[in-house]
Amino acid sequence: MNSKKAIDNIRAGRLDKVAIDKNFSDLHPPLSRSEALIAADRCYFCYDAPCTTACPTGIDIPGFIQKIRSDNLRGSAHTILRENIMGGMCARVCPTEILCEDACVRNTHEDQPVAIGLLQRYATDPILENRTPLFERAAPSGKRVAVVGAGPAGLSCAHRLAMLGHDVVIYSRDSKAGGLNEFGIAAYKTVDNFAQREVDYILSIGGIELRNNVALGTDLTLDELCEQYDAVFLGIGLGAVNELGITDEDLVGVENAIDYIAALRQATDKSTLPVARRVLVVGGGMTAIDIAVQSKRLGAEQVTIAYRRGPEEMGASKFEQQLAQTNGVSIRHWLTPTAIHEEDGEITVELTRTKQDAQGRVEMGDETEVLQVDMVFKAIGQRLVDNGLAGLKLQRGRILVDDTQATTRDRVWAGGDCVVGGEDLTVSAVQHGKVAAIAIDRRLRHG
Amino acid sequence: MADLRSEFLGIRSPNPFWLASAPPTDKAYNVNRAFEAGWGGAVWKTLGEDPPIVNVNGPRYSALHSNERRVIGFNNIELITDRPLKTNLDEIRQIKRDWPDRALVASVMLPMNEAVWKQYIPMIEDTGADAFELNFGCPHGMSERGMGAAVGQVPEYIQMATEWCKAAATVPVIVKLTPNVTNILPPAKAAQAGGADAVSLINTINSIMRVDYDTLTMFPSTDGMGTHGGYCGQAVKPIALNMVAEIARNAATRSLTISGIGGITDWRDAVDFLALGASNVQVCTAAMVYGFKIIDDLAEGLSAFLDSKGMRSVAELVGKAVPSVTDWQYLNLNHVSKAVINQDLCIKCGRCHIVCEDTSHQAITSQVNGQRHFEVIDNECVGCNLCVSVCPVDNCITMQAVTEGIDARTGKPIVKTKANWTTHPNNPMRKAD
Ligand SMILES: Cc1cc2nc3c(=O)[nH]c(=O)nc-3n(C[C@H](O)[C@H](O)[C@H](O)COP(=O)(O)OP(=O)(O)OC[C@H]3O[C@@H](n4cnc5c(N)ncnc54)[C@H](O)[C@@H]3O)c2cc1C
Ligand SMILES: Cc1cc2nc3c(=O)[nH]c(=O)nc-3n(C[C@H](O)[C@H](O)[C@H](O)COP(=O)(O)O)c2cc1C
Ligand code: SF4
Ligand code: SF4
Ligand code: SF4
Repeated sequence: MNSKKAIDNIRAGRLDKVAIDKNFSDLHPPLSRSEALIAADRCYFCYDAPCTTACPTGIDIPGFIQKIRSDNLRGSAHTILRENIMGGMCARVCPTEILCEDACVRNTHEDQPVAIGLLQRYATDPILENRTPLFERAAPSGKRVAVVGAGPAGLSCAHRLAMLGHDVVIYSRDSKAGGLNEFGIAAYKTVDNFAQREVDYILSIGGIELRNNVALGTDLTLDELCEQYDAVFLGIGLGAVNELGITDEDLVGVENAIDYIAALRQATDKSTLPVARRVLVVGGGMTAIDIAVQSKRLGAEQVTIAYRRGPEEMGASKFEQQLAQTNGVSIRHWLTPTAIHEEDGEITVELTRTKQDAQGRVEMGDETEVLQVDMVFKAIGQRLVDNGLAGLKLQRGRILVDDTQATTRDRVWAGGDCVVGGEDLTVSAVQHGKVAAIAIDRRLRHG
Repeated sequence: MADLRSEFLGIRSPNPFWLASAPPTDKAYNVNRAFEAGWGGAVWKTLGEDPPIVNVNGPRYSALHSNERRVIGFNNIELITDRPLKTNLDEIRQIKRDWPDRALVASVMLPMNEAVWKQYIPMIEDTGADAFELNFGCPHGMSERGMGAAVGQVPEYIQMATEWCKAAATVPVIVKLTPNVTNILPPAKAAQAGGADAVSLINTINSIMRVDYDTLTMFPSTDGMGTHGGYCGQAVKPIALNMVAEIARNAATRSLTISGIGGITDWRDAVDFLALGASNVQVCTAAMVYGFKIIDDLAEGLSAFLDSKGMRSVAELVGKAVPSVTDWQYLNLNHVSKAVINQDLCIKCGRCHIVCEDTSHQAITSQVNGQRHFEVIDNECVGCNLCVSVCPVDNCITMQAVTEGIDARTGKPIVKTKANWTTHPNNPMRKAD
């Protein structure tokens, strides 16, 4: 790794700061007022609107768009945030093309949905910018709830609990709140420190105490929490990364995409980040796309995604796949790494063709090929760290919950990526937190 | 292509589209540009006595917008021409000389004093103008001085002033009517009694656009104060059409030639006016909103429409729809229509369902077998046309006549014979069959 070649092949400053700043500016710039009015005018104000049904948090979409039309932005933001307190972040990161906008009746009509995501951002931006308080706390209930995790699930739960009159303490393993909003989401989706501004807005309701750098399992146990609090909510996400399962994957130059993205998100000057000349990304989800596109935008010359199935099976939406392609990333399907070597800073990856067997499972083929790169990113999914989850039943590696987000342990609820049925979407995590808070409130009030 | 040439009271123009008396016809410069663009004629901005009136130096116009900022309605507090009479007369004379094939009409507004009419009318006619149009319509400003709508609202004055003008003029006289009356027939009859050769309508409608949401004063304002103005543009077309049709179908007034005005923006609007009895049309707001170029679509669209109907001239279209306009009491109460939804076109927005459910007759499903599905329930549908009106997809819901069998709603058989309110059993004043 100390060799001259390696240093040259992984280095910072492939692009100058101006170019990088441009590459990491807003992916979808906000709408101006006149753009928003024109976009809003396209909404038909549907009855029992299909877009609302398709929104995991059930935002009254025609309702908030109608309020944009009448310049009632405060009312519009309230309509959004009362169902989804992270309406601002969701407006930026939701794959709307598979959610609300996919369901929009305008698709049938003219193949062009109402720009729901952008309109949602238009309505919520001023509220977060000016920190306009829209929610009040109910009379104190005298109950205390512990929330573990300060990602979308935890924050959403905490906010709703605070609104309902309960006092909340959030424990978070990270040094900052926000979860993957702060450490994971692609930088060009949430510019200008939006994640922290949103966290501040959420906490400004009052009654929520945030304790960072405290981890369940090492600093705290679930038993302690259950003893000290009236209820517990777990929104701990997926703390560990899946392995490729081949030898030598700990080589220098082979990294977890998630770790690199976290560093990228925290870097104040992105032009100081070391970037490889040739990058291979292994995986087919949002993380794979994000690390590929961001590598490219940092100046990597050649970025390849290897995915072991076809385009239809990719976790990343069509839009995300296209984004990668328009950014010059080459996506190669039915290919998986089977061996990896490093010599003098150069990594040689042996890729084997895969195919589908009769049951639809992936099966190794016979053909192989070799790819020379300088860095390999593993982006084949995360998994739950099963540490400190005493008394909880897991299923397929995630926490089992019912439809009120209650776990199998009394007075413990869970939501977000860490539960069975978690959809690995910010918006679903927010919904879980909200549903759990309502269930907790009911339990605390009515036993 | 159908021939658009038009003859109105013997006045020829290459097409039936005239610019109405208003800012587009205020000066030779504008009228020249209009004729270059292809307009068939122009009614000059209303002339008055010297010294000319003055206008406010603040906002004269304001608009009702759609969300996309299309102008749907338009309001003004402008008065008649504010230039010296001589300037106008010189320009009218010049334009008529330069454009002999176009119609050029002088609009006038004079006080209720016969001597004044005697003095001004010959002087104006001397310009070579093809006709006079008497502006009895301006609803603001001029009416406070006993002119414009103040005359147009009193049939006796209309008749008197028309007589004075007819006595002094040798060219035809058109009386422009104000819509600011409860019934358009008495003013039309008065114009006819006074000897008018034609009527034109409508002028603008009294209106206040809105308030200023910051200051809570009238909007727009001149230094903090506002006054009602005249409303026009697309929003007024239905009001104008009714008034035109009333004159065209009423026995006492149907012999009057009509120039139709009010909200005409594209060729279909012109078809409405012509079919309901107008012999030509005049346009103001659409030109003020889009410029003179709209004449291209107006003329071409009308010509293509006539072709599609196998009509060779505009005259063949005039009045075509008048026999279909009647009083409510004569509508056939035995006729039954029901809404029918074309499932291939339906985009499942659900608007038909919710409006019928909330405000009409609960006659459209929202789900069938647990699926989102919108379908008319014939047992409940009264054929009111609300769903058709709100459906965002053109022609997706249509009203279809039920011509045989039984009406699922009433359980009564469909009968071919007609029957109306005049003989209906529920009508205490019914006539015997
Ligand atoms: C690279 C990447 C890109 C993504 N892009 C998108 C996107 O564009 N759109 C979208 O909708 N979704 C996206 N997702 C998914 C989305 O970010 C997650 O679904 C969402 O953040 C889940 O929220 P959460 O609250 O369950 O968990 P997280 O956001 O992971 O938050 C977990 C929280 O728990 C804390 N925590 C973890 N373990 C412990 C512990 N033991 N003790 C105490 N605290 C703990 C962490 O500090 C953190 O605060 C992306 C994910 C990744 C990885
Ligand atoms: C700004 C403005 C000024 C007008 N001035 C006159 C006028 O001087 N004389 C007149 O007879 N009508 C005048 N009108 C009325 C128009 O000629 C026309 O009757 C009315 O606007 C309806 O037609 P529209 O909907 O096509 O505009 C004016 C209208 C506007 C908008
Ligand atoms: S489906 Fe589309 S048109 Fe209908 S309410 Fe939703 S955004 Fe508006
Ligand atoms: S025509 Fe009227 S009653 Fe019939 S379905 Fe439509 S809205 Fe309902
Ligand atoms: S309003 Fe029209 S498009 Fe919408 S559901 Fe009804 S029939 Fe379908």
